[in-house]
Amino acid sequence: MASLDDLKKRIASVKSTQKITKAMKMVAAAKLRRAQESAEKGRPYSEKMNNIILNLSIGISDKENAPKLLSGTGQEKTHLCVVMTSDRGLCGGFNSNIIKKAKSYFSKILNEGKELKIITVGSKGNDQLKRVYGEKIIENISFKESKNANYFDADKVGKMVIEKFEAGEFDVCTIFYNQFKNVITQIPQAQQVIPLNNEGGESSSEETYEFEPDEDEILSNLLPKNISTQIFKAMLENSASEQGSRMSAMDNATRNAGEMVDKLTIEYNRSRQAAITKELIEIISGAESL
Amino acid sequence: MSEEFKVEIVNPEKSFLVKDDVSEVVVPAFEGEMGILKDHISIISFLKPGIIKIMSKSGDENYYVEDGIVEFKNNNLSILTSTIFNLADIDKSKQQDLLKQAEEEAKTDINDQSKYLADQKVEVLKTLN
Repeated sequence: MASLDDLKKRIASVKSTQKITKAMKMVAAAKLRRAQESAEKGRPYSEKMNNIILNLSIGISDKENAPKLLSGTGQEKTHLCVVMTSDRGLCGGFNSNIIKKAKSYFSKILNEGKELKIITVGSKGNDQLKRVYGEKIIENISFKESKNANYFDADKVGKMVIEKFEAGEFDVCTIFYNQFKNVITQIPQAQQVIPLNNEGGESSSEETYEFEPDEDEILSNLLPKNISTQIFKAMLENSASEQGSRMSAMDNATRNAGEMVDKLTIEYNRSRQAAITKELIEIISGAESL
Repeated sequence: MSEEFKVEIVNPEKSFLVKDDVSEVVVPAFEGEMGILKDHISIISFLKPGIIKIMSKSGDENYYVEDGIVEFKNNNLSILTSTIFNLADIDKSKQQDLLKQAEEEAKTDINDQSKYLADQKVEVLKTLN
């Protein structure tokens, strides 16, 4: 049995851990509010963008010659996966959920005999993937310096994806991120961005638009922007999810630490009492023998 | 009959501006400046660097944009842009910064279209000063 001193030390250490997790929880809660707000504010842009593209792609006259970003290269040999994770740990299952989703997709693709390329955004994803898929990772980006998700970072990733697409390095591009539903639920998502997946997209209006310049030119200008927008949206959702996930993880940790402190305190009191009783018995039996 | 319509400017971070008492908007469309009045035909176009002028009862406002898309439908004008500044909010030094940035961009070895856009930026910013 641990000595009284040891128990005392353990209680102190668990208590200080509890302080840390409590502080982290509160920080995450504050950040969560901000992240959630910006995720909500960012929605109109991506929705409007989606709408315009939808209207455009319906109105497009020449389907054969549609931009490749919209219709694809005509084959699906090489898949590019952009896996978006956080740069920091201690956020529960946040990163592992994305990785799990991504890994099952990877093995599906590899089983079909297709080629796989990976871009990781965020260092945690890179850490987890490089052991198994090390040689598949072609690029690793991390935005440790930027405090909040911002559009310019997303644009950087988007431009890189477009560049690689135009160089013919891949045919299909999918991004992986966590969609923020609420503080305790984040849903890992796989979203295909190239070629554009317009499923479930019925145009709200039958109205015809006037285009200036023509559709093709607008589309070829718009589609690269859409990639950046989608990536930005994913980044916003991700940062809200990360904070939410960290908050609930830290909340759990704080509670567990509290339970542990209780348990240890009981054990400490018991052994203290036992020692006192033992001493008393010794004194009494010593006195009796006289 | 009122001659007003609604304009909404959104950038990726947030909804930048919503106004529903605008009488005319002039946007720097790709093929030249384009004035939009009420009951304009539905149109989609994209922007080159330039000045958006919004005229309303409460006064005129000018915004500097670097890129974007405009969509006009049912008397709703949506402008999506990633870079926008209210000219009333940016002072001379900020303008100089933007100009310097644009000039650097124009100097670097880039393809024709981006060069054209960068040159446009320089030109617009110079006229501001």
